[in-house]
Amino acid sequence: MQTLLKTPLYERHVALGARLVPFAGWEMPVQYEGVIPEHRAVRTDSGAFDVSHMGEFLVEGPGARAFLQTVLSNDLDKIGAGKAQYTLLTNEHGGIVDDLIAYELSPERFLLIVNAANREPDFAWLEERLPGEVELRDVSDEYALIAVQGPRALERLGLPEAPAFTFADGEVGGVACTVNRTGYTGEQGVELLAEAGAATELWDRVLDRGVVPCGLGARDTLRLEVCYPLHGNDITPETDAISAGLGWVCVLDKDFTGADELRRIKEAGPERRLAAFVMEEAGIARQGMAIAEGGQVTSGSYSPMLEVGIGMGYVPAGLAPPGSELTIDVRGRLRRARVVKKPIYSREES
Amino acid sequence: MAAVESYPNELRYHPEHDWARIEDGEATFGITWFAQDALGELVHFEAPEEGATLKKDESYAEVESVKAVSDVVAPLAGEVVAVNRAVVDAPETVNDDPYGEGWLVRVRLTDPGEVDALMDVDAYKQHLAEQG
Repeated sequence: MQTLLKTPLYERHVALGARLVPFAGWEMPVQYEGVIPEHRAVRTDSGAFDVSHMGEFLVEGPGARAFLQTVLSNDLDKIGAGKAQYTLLTNEHGGIVDDLIAYELSPERFLLIVNAANREPDFAWLEERLPGEVELRDVSDEYALIAVQGPRALERLGLPEAPAFTFADGEVGGVACTVNRTGYTGEQGVELLAEAGAATELWDRVLDRGVVPCGLGARDTLRLEVCYPLHGNDITPETDAISAGLGWVCVLDKDFTGADELRRIKEAGPERRLAAFVMEEAGIARQGMAIAEGGQVTSGSYSPMLEVGIGMGYVPAGLAPPGSELTIDVRGRLRRARVVKKPIYSREES
Repeated sequence: MAAVESYPNELRYHPEHDWARIEDGEATFGITWFAQDALGELVHFEAPEEGATLKKDESYAEVESVKAVSDVVAPLAGEVVAVNRAVVDAPETVNDDPYGEGWLVRVRLTDPGEVDALMDVDAYKQHLAEQG
């Protein structure tokens, strides 16, 4: 049996009474008080997540930008130093090796923050294609990452507002960190990147300010309510970016791995699309459940804000428009669901 | 508010973390504090129909939290005479009061003699201790 990895905050999670579970090779908190109160804390105030299990790669050298332009789907020429970009690492079929955020530290130096489960395959993928003049380093073990999210997150941390997808050096309670204006909850907030040795102090300073500790359970329901795809569920190396609704991060007038295939899929129109749905009958759809009209559920859970089963799944393209009725096989019981516009939840509409 | 851990003396217990309150030829079934704590806050109760026949040791319902779904096993055989609609409407009632307001079904027992196969509270606590 593989030994589970622990983040620098592991002892803090234990002390807080977290329920710890294996996730992508790590022993991670799934919840402290409970998924539902933690979820609501992020929607109404603020919550803190230890996401130190995520991977960080440094890509640097005179050819770093040109190299990344050939392996990532989005266009780095749209950003500059101090800015970040959501992008995809694609394969020859237009499938998604991973989704990640690229941070431009300087014109020849980039930080990639990747999914924990994909740290090794991503690194191998990049290394295999790496030109001589570019250096690639996995620096994941040197850093801790704490996401602080919610409408009161900035106020509680004493941080000024800043545009999304920017970053700058900063501090919280005297602990130095890079303040990234990014997140995975649909709320305003930051992701604080700190040296691993400073992680516990940073975490303590964040919680001192009344931010609620939140586990991966709430992280999953928060991202699903706003239809952020989860790699391994909604997007995989077998699902292409166009069918997944991620065409907006694929700059098809540039050449990158799989661009030809993605152009072809876009031109022809995908056969299936990743649609969001809300259950219209009792029951909760879960990943892997069949959709009677075709396709299957890729993420399914309960929305703590809407108090109903919600999910996403690939459906025949004709059924992807909002309003379409779906039938989901919930452990042998056929239950009606309706396709809705993404995101499933937004504060304005509730 | 989640309930404090407890296992009432007057109940009989099944190793799958179900309880039965026996009253003459009928019984009320529910899940134990341990079961609701392991699941977390319940968000769905997939109840059986009234009149359904339950087989001892077999699943008759499902309870779901945000993260997980669990079968609910019948500690005894019988026919469902009542379903707790309050739990269908507000599944978190089970977390708040697993042995009271959070009961799941009321059953007319097929064979009241089966009760002897269930654990008493001491045996169930021993069972929990062995599960670590």
